[in-house]
Amino acid sequence: MAQLSYREAVAAAIAQEMRRDKNVVFLGEDIAAAGGVFKTTGGLLEEFGPLRVRDTPIAEQAILGAAAGAAMTGLKPIAEIMFSDFFAVCWDIVVNQIAKTRFMSDGQCSFPLVIRSANGGGARFGAQHSQSIENWAMAVPGLKVVAPSSPADIKGLLAAAIQDPDPVLFFEQKSLYGIKGEVPDGDYVDQLGKAKVLREGTDVTIVALAAMVPRAMKAAETLANEHNISAEVIDVRSLVPLDVSTIFASVSKTNRLVTVEENPRLCGWGAEISSLVAEELFWDLEGPIVRVTTPHIPLPSADILEDAVMPSPQRIVDNVLKLAD
Amino acid sequence: MNDSIGPLNAAVQNATVPDKDTRLELYRSMQACRMMEQRAYDLFMQNLVKGTSHLALGQEAIAAAFGAAMRADDYTFCTYRGHNHTLVRGVSMTAILGELMGREIGLLSGKGGSMHLMDIEKGAMGSYAIIGAHMPMAAGAAWSAQYRESGQVAVCFFGDGTTNIGAFHEALNFAAIWNLPVVYVCENNLYMEYTPIGDVTAVENPAADRASAYGLERVIVDGNDADLMYAIATAALDKARSGGGPSLIEVQTYRHGGHSRADPGKYRPDEEVAAWKARDPIPNYRQRLLDDGIDAATLDAIEKEQSDRVDAADAAAQASGPPPLEIADTDVWADGGSSWRN
Repeated sequence: MAQLSYREAVAAAIAQEMRRDKNVVFLGEDIAAAGGVFKTTGGLLEEFGPLRVRDTPIAEQAILGAAAGAAMTGLKPIAEIMFSDFFAVCWDIVVNQIAKTRFMSDGQCSFPLVIRSANGGGARFGAQHSQSIENWAMAVPGLKVVAPSSPADIKGLLAAAIQDPDPVLFFEQKSLYGIKGEVPDGDYVDQLGKAKVLREGTDVTIVALAAMVPRAMKAAETLANEHNISAEVIDVRSLVPLDVSTIFASVSKTNRLVTVEENPRLCGWGAEISSLVAEELFWDLEGPIVRVTTPHIPLPSADILEDAVMPSPQRIVDNVLKLAD
Repeated sequence: MNDSIGPLNAAVQNATVPDKDTRLELYRSMQACRMMEQRAYDLFMQNLVKGTSHLALGQEAIAAAFGAAMRADDYTFCTYRGHNHTLVRGVSMTAILGELMGREIGLLSGKGGSMHLMDIEKGAMGSYAIIGAHMPMAAGAAWSAQYRESGQVAVCFFGDGTTNIGAFHEALNFAAIWNLPVVYVCENNLYMEYTPIGDVTAVENPAADRASAYGLERVIVDGNDADLMYAIATAALDKARSGGGPSLIEVQTYRHGGHSRADPGKYRPDEEVAAWKARDPIPNYRQRLLDDGIDAATLDAIEKEQSDRVDAADAAAQASGPPPLEIADTDVWADGGSSWRN
């Protein structure tokens, strides 16, 4: 096991897959010579050369359109959209072309591609560079959606996404790029569609994603130490496919569910999980399902404001305590 | 690049008449397109085709010429006005008409419809119904061909209305900087949908006048002249295949009908319609072939053969039943299914 940062794990996964398969190519803005604006892709140009690691103009429709056309014709492109907010200028390619064309063609073609993007808040970038959009992607049939919380998951899930025959939107939470963690050495490929129980507990299930995972873990620690409440923490990791059975198994045991989402309130992924539990596991519940989210607002820029609106460990604790009353 | 003597304009200026077999193939292909589209129109009138459809009656020379000039493994990307571009790649007419009618025998088993015809095995990489989106996709297929050193070329057809959307400009710049083997063909039929393209465009020639912005040769060709279209298609394909990079070709043409099924095209002056119908690519080509010594019986036989072909394709499509309901849940994912949870 090596200690890698979340950002180093990105390059490690891409390099691993580019070594394995020469049809894996990588394109995006500032990803090659500059090594990425978040320094996630350093060294790839040097190892794999300019035919496989290519800088593009600031032209997101061209980037994703080219990735789509290449994926239909034998390549396995990885495209970077620098900030996930920028999906708004190329969402047509994602939603109308990449997500639908396999279905409309009656299965004649596939889109084995990955779109990586820096997602979410916490970096004081303001509302146009901080949004959490994983729930946009989750709403579109034909897209797989992954959002890791740790360096090991970045490496294993990005490798799995690159190997996957379907289009995967891979959301890296930009405030996590600096965190470090143990990452398996050598070739390491995880599995999409598997949630992970990060902390076992008996009183309440806290389901979180990406940057909300370390916050949920911290909240669980506080609940145990200060309130004698045993919280089970699940990292969803993949919204599509969704590992419903791991969540259900936990809720059946704890009988209480709290979801922790960074996205604004309406139609967040926690609403879908809440709905599934309410429909299929209602009689196992001993209290209402609670969703902790950012309010239904764009993210503000100033640190004190951003910190106030994103779900904090304390807000998670407070919501669990309300449920326990 | 000097506009007047660029390689594509030189190819048009120096175009020689294609050999007889090629010309007969162009005539056959144009007749197939014309008769199939007319049948599609008739099927609408009988309410056998639901939804909408965008016919390319009057624009057959473009599809026929590229169909004849392209290599079997080249890629075609086209728009919702794409029945002809799909047919000329050798796609089954029965499957096309079946798809228009939503039958099981349809090219996409009824899951795509008129605007999304696609046959990957034939290089028909899809008909796209969001303006401009397929232009960067064609660049991507060309990138793939370049990377794999396969010698394939991507050809991307689009209408004049596409020249004002962002994806057009992004794709052309992208294709130019990567020197991609892609041929962009703007079928300028003078109307975007209902509005004349000239009313909403800053330049007179919507594609050609933008070419210089991407370092490309300015090319305008008569899209109703099959021989000329064959010459420019061959030149642009050769250029792309030999590493010469992308081309942008504006072809001038006219659709005989409205934009879509819902549009009778009444906004077009009668004199304009009459003038363009006099430039109909098919009867004019027939006359040219006769003038060049091809006998009428040969051309009559081609017409009969294509007319019979359309009848047979229509009958076979109509004999097919509706698709089974289960297929609505298939092929969202590469594993063939649509599951999103365990």
